[in-house]
Amino acid sequence: MAYKRQIDRLPIIPKDAKRHNVVCHYCIVGCGYHAYTWPTNKQGGAAPDQNAFNADLSKQQPAETANWYAPSMYNIVKQHGEDVHLVIKPDKECAVNSGLGSVRGARMAEMSYSRQHNTQLQRLTDPMVWRYGQMQPTSWDDALDLVARVTVGVINEMGEDGVFVSAFDHGGAGGGYENTWATGKLYFGAMKIKNIRIHNRPAYNSEVHASRDMGVSELNNCYEDAELADTIVAVGTNALETQTNYFLNHWVPNLRGASLDKKKAEFGTEPVEPARIVIVDPRRTVTVNACEVEAGKDRVMHLAINSGTDLALFNAWFTYIVEKGWVDRAFIAASTKNFDEALAANKTSLDEAARITGLTVDQIRTSAEWIAEPKLGGARRRTMFAYEKGLIWGNDNYRTNGALVNVALATGNIGRPGGGCVRMGGHQEGYSRPDYPGPRPAYYVDKLLIEGKGGVHHIWGCDHYKTTLNAFKFKQAYKKRTDLVKDVMLTAPYGDRPAMVRAIISAIKKGGLFAVDVDIVPTKIGEACHVWLPAATSGEMNLTSMNGERRMRLTERYMDPPGQAMPDCLIAARIANHMERVLREQGKAKEADKFKGFDWKTEEDAFMDGYHAHAKGGRFVTYERLRAMGTNGFQEPAVDFKDGKIIGTKRLYADGKFDSKDGKAAFMATRWRGLQAPGKQAEMKKWPFLVNNGRTNLVWQNAYLDQDNEFVMDRFPYPFIQMNPQDMAELKVKAGDLVEVYNDNGSTQAIVYPTPTAKRKQTFMLFGNPNGVQGNVVSPGVNELVIPNYKQTWAAIRKLSDAPATVRHLSFKSQEYAV
Amino acid sequence: MNRCARTIDAGRRKFLTGAGLAAAGIASAQIPVSPAKAAAPAARVEYPSSRLANIRDLKIDEPLPVAYPDADAPGVLIKLGVRVQGGVGPDGDIVGFSTVCPHKGFPLAYNKSDRTLNCPGHYSRFDCEAGGLQVWGQATQNLPQYVLRIDDKGDIHAEGIDELLYGRLSNVL
Repeated sequence: MAYKRQIDRLPIIPKDAKRHNVVCHYCIVGCGYHAYTWPTNKQGGAAPDQNAFNADLSKQQPAETANWYAPSMYNIVKQHGEDVHLVIKPDKECAVNSGLGSVRGARMAEMSYSRQHNTQLQRLTDPMVWRYGQMQPTSWDDALDLVARVTVGVINEMGEDGVFVSAFDHGGAGGGYENTWATGKLYFGAMKIKNIRIHNRPAYNSEVHASRDMGVSELNNCYEDAELADTIVAVGTNALETQTNYFLNHWVPNLRGASLDKKKAEFGTEPVEPARIVIVDPRRTVTVNACEVEAGKDRVMHLAINSGTDLALFNAWFTYIVEKGWVDRAFIAASTKNFDEALAANKTSLDEAARITGLTVDQIRTSAEWIAEPKLGGARRRTMFAYEKGLIWGNDNYRTNGALVNVALATGNIGRPGGGCVRMGGHQEGYSRPDYPGPRPAYYVDKLLIEGKGGVHHIWGCDHYKTTLNAFKFKQAYKKRTDLVKDVMLTAPYGDRPAMVRAIISAIKKGGLFAVDVDIVPTKIGEACHVWLPAATSGEMNLTSMNGERRMRLTERYMDPPGQAMPDCLIAARIANHMERVLREQGKAKEADKFKGFDWKTEEDAFMDGYHAHAKGGRFVTYERLRAMGTNGFQEPAVDFKDGKIIGTKRLYADGKFDSKDGKAAFMATRWRGLQAPGKQAEMKKWPFLVNNGRTNLVWQNAYLDQDNEFVMDRFPYPFIQMNPQDMAELKVKAGDLVEVYNDNGSTQAIVYPTPTAKRKQTFMLFGNPNGVQGNVVSPGVNELVIPNYKQTWAAIRKLSDAPATVRHLSFKSQEYAV
Repeated sequence: MNRCARTIDAGRRKFLTGAGLAAAGIASAQIPVSPAKAAAPAARVEYPSSRLANIRDLKIDEPLPVAYPDADAPGVLIKLGVRVQGGVGPDGDIVGFSTVCPHKGFPLAYNKSDRTLNCPGHYSRFDCEAGGLQVWGQATQNLPQYVLRIDDKGDIHAEGIDELLYGRLSNVL
């Protein structure tokens, strides 16, 4: 049977409950919520004067009510050492989500650490060290002393290039301005670490280098633009599942025609209609289905291209649109450069693009018309371009990104209402750091680790075993190297610190690696580490981030971190303090002095030292001001503080000035060159199945907590692989069967989800799942800037077993809404 | 719906005078407490036993609108034609569900072709053959299902619900 909580009533929030601003910490959309807390021995009542809603709760509440919360929105947690009731429910007044809660964010309370309700007891409560052959608890001072001595020891032996780092660079949980600043100040300020990578890619680089190189920051519009656009172009983004409430609250109204009044108010006499949408994705997703339901099939064009051929399509759009004269000449002249060069370089005929992409000439022509053909009376068509991992983790990332921005620039769609050329995003953003001291292209850190480079590895909220490319081979090499250190740690008594450090350094010299994992839960890569440092997450600390329209908010601390856990920024500061102490002890005063400036007591200290002092417009922003701005916050950059409000920026480049020295956006030459990453072409020829991959509604940047959540693990105890039923018949597998996916890179597992809409020999596997790592079969091939290519992966599939017992009660019906 | 509403009314009347309340009374009598204190409430709400229909009223794949535990809580009884986990009746194929989407409270519609309940609000869908498992969707719980009992006459009684209903902080108001 399906998992049921057997909860049939919940405590009512009393009138005097404390209310805190909360922004969902899972995805980039950053939906607004409120956390209500009150003492465990109190409760509200059904009468209007007895509850926080001022509502008669003895009556059934209507659809979309603000006066209800699900069991997943409730828990009992610690606050200042006392047990309190906690309700985290979506905020109707937040412009982002207007009261909608996603299947992820609406579980924030249930996903909190509660010893009272036994939720998330996996959370790390104490610093842990490898002692007597297993991880054992210790004090902060003891763990940090070991980390500092080994790190200093490695620097003494190998220089700072011996220190390897993996660190988040984003906002939301496992990130935020406080924490990126602190780690940045430690590794790029106090030290100059070049061997550093980001949580989801093997080097320190931008996922959208091309757009930035062209002078176009990737989050340049606002969510309202999706309500104003004539046409939305969605490339490699499955927004219903991975930016759920942005899609539901801002795309759907436009597709339904519910934003026509808003368009008329904004655009006056310009003709307006409900939106059309062009979706570029080799796979039919639930997003395609929802668009068809809302807009009608005749206003939705799903371009199911051959995997990895987006670039050819964009170049053909560019060429055709210019040929037809559907470009914004005034904008091109005033605000851009290199148009003619790019046009000449990228010239691609409709026929040529049809041959490469597998689309028909008509599809390409019609989609170009939807994008750029002027409206009745000659008004410019307002088109918004949105892209995400299908492009970012796809073939020839740099050029493909540039090719799409070319189309947006040519049609004058950046900095204008109803336009934008934006990534949809993963996590919220929250980047504030000194500059990366390494080269461009940055070092391919995973490769160096596999090759035996480096002596110590600091890991911040990353899990290479689960979410990297070439993960199978990485894991094998990493385990071998860290085991060398684990083995020698068994030879010295833990309490004899000098002997222990000597033993560790000696193992490092023989190819070993000492690994320190800062995280909130035990991770897969943590299995190989020697020290775990327990971090606090959003809501257990005050945390600032910005969402996909640069909307910055403060999530206020509403509960205590588990045990001794601390905010990452303070962990970084304490590492710095200990390194300073150890260096002084060794008589290296000059080196020690570099670690000054980490005397923060709170996350607010880190915020003031970082964002407030360094970010563009940061001087207008303080915790107090953000608190007053609630869940709507302001859109970065801040430009003023007036009448008690931080004044932000709705759209970037509204003045036609871009991020370059001369203020002009640069068109880019982006010639098609087939499958770019080394080895991909041969892999495609050798293996029968495309293993496309990505996320799903239920499991999306929350697997680290979901692995301990009954509701989610009941639905997907293993990652699924969507497969055409005829392919299943050939492989002799049934729904729910456990299969092995394998190629020369490695192997992994998944359960079969029959999917009649899947093309033959084209599967789709859930990415980044702890119980079946898709990255195991992804080749090490990257682009010229060390951006991975997860999407173009080919492998074979074979049956391992019939459906495991935990899978047999599940449903494998179509995920598409149908009535 | 008239017939349906009558059965619900009967159920509610029975609830208001019924055995569930008596149990609480006995508990308070046995435990000496100060008179100012109310009786300890039961850990779960007391559900009415409501006659929703007779098995003769059900045809395969034709959902019968009902309401439980009161008239403001719409639901359906469905005879699926195949034995399912949690199904009742001689063929083990009768199930009952709330038809209020546990995400935002929109009314669910039955799709005969694959025996799912679908939400027009945000596209969530629930599998009637798998205990209301959310096949895909926004709700943070699977679909509330009725605990059903069939008596000697073939009358179908609802006697409980396994998840919190949308729009109420107590399943029985």
